[in-house]
Amino acid sequence: MTASMDENILEVKHMTITLYEGGTSYKMVNRISFTVGKGEIVGIVGESGCGKSMTALALQDLLKNHIKVTDGSMIFDGKDLRTISAAERREINGNDMTMIFQEPMTSLNPLQRIGTQVGEVLLLHGSHSREEIEKRTLEALQMVGLPDPEKAMRMYPHELSGGMRQRVMIAMGIIARPKLLIADEPTTALDVTTQAHVLELLQEVNRQTGTAVLLISHDLGVINKICSRVLVMYAGKIVEQGRTEDILKNPVHPYTQGLISSIPTRRMKGAPLASIPGRVPPVTEEKPPCPFASRCESADKLCFTEYPGRKTISDEHILWCHHYGTNAE
Amino acid sequence: MINAGNPKAAETSVLQTDAGRGAGRLFRRILAAGKGGEREVMKKETLTVSGWTTGDTELRIGFIIVGIVLALGIVSVFYTPHDVYEMNTSLRSQAPSLTHFFGTDNFGRDVFSRAMVGARFTLLVSASTILLATGISILLGLACGYIGGMVDEVVMRIMDAVNSFPSILIALVMVSVLNYGKLTIIPALVIMFIPSFTRIVRTGTLQYKNADFVLSNKVFGDSDLRILFVHILPNIYPLLLSSIVIGLSNAILAESSMSYLGLGIQPPIPSWGRMLKEAQDIIFSTPWAALAPGFMIVMTIVGLNCIGEGLRKKYLS
Repeated sequence: MTASMDENILEVKHMTITLYEGGTSYKMVNRISFTVGKGEIVGIVGESGCGKSMTALALQDLLKNHIKVTDGSMIFDGKDLRTISAAERREINGNDMTMIFQEPMTSLNPLQRIGTQVGEVLLLHGSHSREEIEKRTLEALQMVGLPDPEKAMRMYPHELSGGMRQRVMIAMGIIARPKLLIADEPTTALDVTTQAHVLELLQEVNRQTGTAVLLISHDLGVINKICSRVLVMYAGKIVEQGRTEDILKNPVHPYTQGLISSIPTRRMKGAPLASIPGRVPPVTEEKPPCPFASRCESADKLCFTEYPGRKTISDEHILWCHHYGTNAE
Repeated sequence: MINAGNPKAAETSVLQTDAGRGAGRLFRRILAAGKGGEREVMKKETLTVSGWTTGDTELRIGFIIVGIVLALGIVSVFYTPHDVYEMNTSLRSQAPSLTHFFGTDNFGRDVFSRAMVGARFTLLVSASTILLATGISILLGLACGYIGGMVDEVVMRIMDAVNSFPSILIALVMVSVLNYGKLTIIPALVIMFIPSFTRIVRTGTLQYKNADFVLSNKVFGDSDLRILFVHILPNIYPLLLSSIVIGLSNAILAESSMSYLGLGIQPPIPSWGRMLKEAQDIIFSTPWAALAPGFMIVMTIVGLNCIGEGLRKKYLS
């Protein structure tokens, strides 16, 4: 957890994202801190509306006008993303840090050929010759496993299927060999077989180019497949984090437990599907100090009056819950 | 190579498309078996989609009509059957004949030749009007849609103000402010057309501003200008194109009505609107002098609207 600067590509500290609406402000993401090591695959998991995507958008400076990062720091490769200029930002974007979107069907410009779009990243960063761009575009498309990449370069997005387009997106993401790739639900819009291929591809890219990946998903199965560490987010807060296998085998926070027991398995055949009662409170709602208290079965008075402190199970496994200490003792 | 790990990835999608095509072929073969012969089925397939639904028929009709009018205008630069300005009292108010297709007017001028030259000026004025208006509107609309806020508010309110004046009134004011010139009518018309085009470009920009591919291009480090002109603008063209064609026909109408009021091209150069105006006094004695330019205007507008409608059907639905 407390790795030094040169081991981490991204260090987020006490980041707060605030939504301004009608004269009031609401905290969408509340003082979260996490790190992504160089060449590491980290997952963020949580239900819809937990602030996962907001975190990703904040890192890429894509927040809408009425949403702002109001506190904390985001140190990427030694530079605080909150304080750099727009020009520096553009230099980082695409070159050192890229993002893959959820919806491959709409994430490509319908009027540009695949080759042009993938190569554009190189065109914008540094001076590459036309031949070099073409060569590297072809390489990138080959790497993501597009069949017949030479032909694909001349195709338009509508000629490709969703899975292929997601591959093209990944090719765009990796062509400049970035240090960090943020993938916001990259497999949600794809069918199950394609999902597996895309995940394998991400893992392969990570292995070959040493690109760190921040994978955002609501699907613990996806996280389990490729992430070495996972952050569990709930209502704008990180409630538990640790190594993926620790979290999955030994979840401690009631929310994580709920998430894991909600995964349908073969053993529960016939039984009603498990779920966490209630819903994620909307940002505009006043939340108890422990955000999960209103849905937690073991919540007591303490959860509604006091903010749960940080509890350490092992070096990497950390959670924020009143009950962990008391239960264990 | 990454793909080496999962060669199936590539195959699946190829298989899928092949399977799709296979199913279609199978279906067609079953149909053919029932009706005896693949050719008949193919014929049936082409019949089911009418050119009126795809917009192809409209486009064809439109291009033919506009092409003829355009050709008349261009030919008039080099050749007209009779002199446009020459008055010949012995040939006054002649009915249409083989020597004078559209007859002659009360000064003995050949109406067909004048309609040809009129096409030249009418088309020139409306085309340059639309060209200028589109250019200005693209800049304004992109800026408004993309920047938003104060800029958007101010520009769009000015547009509303311009729109709320009767267009003829604006043109009158413009013509009197800008002095009477041969081409004064162009800036007057441009101002009339800017608001509607700007609104279209602005709407399109708003629509694409937060599209996933624009955001993703931002992530890859595109500058704002590049996003506007390389990624957003080309996507607005289809929307803009049909409006431009319809706008062209509106510009012809506007030019004609201005000329009719005496604000357009000055005599003795003919334009359709001015020919109408001049024919007004003699409409009972020589109706063809009024019918000819009227017919030209109607045909051009029908043609342009056909193209506009065809484009809309073909590319926007």
